[in-house]
Amino acid sequence: MEKSVDRIIITVVGKDTVGIIAKVCTYLSDNGINVLDISQTIVSGYFNMMMIVDMGGSKKPFSEISDEMDSLGEEIGVMVKCQREEIFEKMHRI
Amino acid sequence: MVQNMINIGEVTETNEMIEKENLDVRTITLGISLLDCTDSDLDRLNRKIYDKITKMAEKLVETGNSIEHNYCIPIVNKRISVTPVAIAGASACRCPEDFVEIAKTLDRAARQTGVNFIGGYSALVSKGMTSADENLIRSIPQALAETDFVCSSVNVGSTKTGINMDAVRLMGEIVKKTAEATKEKDSIGCAKLVVFCNAPDDNPFMAGAFHGVTEADAVINVGVSGPGVVKTALEKVRGESFEVLCETIKKTAFKVTRVGQLVAKEASKKLGIPFGIIDLSLAPTPAVGDSVADILCEIGLEKAGAPGTTAALALLNDQVKKGGIMASSYVGGLSGAFIPVSEDQGMIHAAEAGALTLEKLEAMTCVCSVGLDMIAIPGDTKDTTIAGIIADEMAIGMINQKTTAVRLIPVAGKGVGEKAEFGGLLGYAPVMQVNPFSCDAFVNRKGRIPAPVHSFKN
Repeated sequence: MEKSVDRIIITVVGKDTVGIIAKVCTYLSDNGINVLDISQTIVSGYFNMMMIVDMGGSKKPFSEISDEMDSLGEEIGVMVKCQREEIFEKMHRI
Repeated sequence: MVQNMINIGEVTETNEMIEKENLDVRTITLGISLLDCTDSDLDRLNRKIYDKITKMAEKLVETGNSIEHNYCIPIVNKRISVTPVAIAGASACRCPEDFVEIAKTLDRAARQTGVNFIGGYSALVSKGMTSADENLIRSIPQALAETDFVCSSVNVGSTKTGINMDAVRLMGEIVKKTAEATKEKDSIGCAKLVVFCNAPDDNPFMAGAFHGVTEADAVINVGVSGPGVVKTALEKVRGESFEVLCETIKKTAFKVTRVGQLVAKEASKKLGIPFGIIDLSLAPTPAVGDSVADILCEIGLEKAGAPGTTAALALLNDQVKKGGIMASSYVGGLSGAFIPVSEDQGMIHAAEAGALTLEKLEAMTCVCSVGLDMIAIPGDTKDTTIAGIIADEMAIGMINQKTTAVRLIPVAGKGVGEKAEFGGLLGYAPVMQVNPFSCDAFVNRKGRIPAPVHSFKN
């Protein structure tokens, strides 16, 4: 299992449109970030996605990735949020 | 291990707590010992204090902000607590004005490091006062009027020593003088002054935080919060049994505290300063949906203060502790539900509606932390009456072996029914009625109330 310190949870929320996953994944692959898990739903036209990614192979620090993902979200017109996985793990796993 | 991975439901739950229910880490407080700064020369002492604080806390705010960014969890306050200044300044300060100089140094250090409060302008006088203790206490009105970030506290009693009534009487005067010294701002100085019984050494919450002499050179303490999260969880179990109610509070408190523990460990690692404790408190803010009183209403009361309030609060406080204790490796500080009036929208409404009185608040303090907190009273309340209220609250702490505190604001120039505005996290408060009968002869007796017997509990 990957060191959870490199694992990031990305959530994408917003109005559904063509190519959200493609654009997010292209960015991730360009930066050497590996996708471990994706869940995605659409509720009344709203796109809701969660990805677990491993940024162990990324050359950029977390803060830069997080800021760039934020701008990418603005471009697509959705909210993109990057959080280190520990906050969820601590809260939901004993 | 795929089945163990975090799922979308869990991610949504956490993020909704943060975005909609005001989940936050209320404070990261860096405790700094000033014992190695002591000096008989006041200028040198001030210099050493300033240098030590600004060096140790140099990266505190930056670290807090970076953790905030990593987890998208707000860390509302970054603060500093120091060794009680009455001890650190004892050999250099000959008069109250000397202590005011230290207060100004603390204020400059707080400004430099970017924290929003610095606590520890304190004296511990549960049994007796040294001349330094008395000088510090007498300097409080001027110190709080001439600084922006300094918070002050005085411990006047404990279960082991009894209550120092000379200090209680003096604090009655000091609270009034502080109100007078800051009368242009609705006596806001009193919002930064707490009188304690059984004050803990590791409390991260202001205004009562100080870095106790039993602590290491520096330590990170974290205060969690989350009344809104508990309230929302309870909305889903309306009408259910007490068992379901209590389980829900416990589970929620566990989740909230785990976030605090994560932040504390992370801050400790990044700053290279040991982790002290998590303070498991439900700390409200004036923001809508961040109220302890609203939880009491959700439990089943029409307004906070209605019959049943003390029982509901006792239950809430106990379940928060039960859930929180397992979530953290070290628990300390005040750890309980706070019931400040001005900082809690639901409490303000209850007070305005006449549901909540000073006497009911006193009863509520018997079962929760911390005490009579952020209560505005008429500006013409007598010194001795304030001392009497302090003595009552200290007695509750002394007999029940718990921390109790008093933070009363006798709002200069205002009477019952008027409003005092403090702004920001301190909120606003309706001026509440105080019992008009006198306790002069009681308060004016000299000496102390002896320590209580620890058996025959009735």
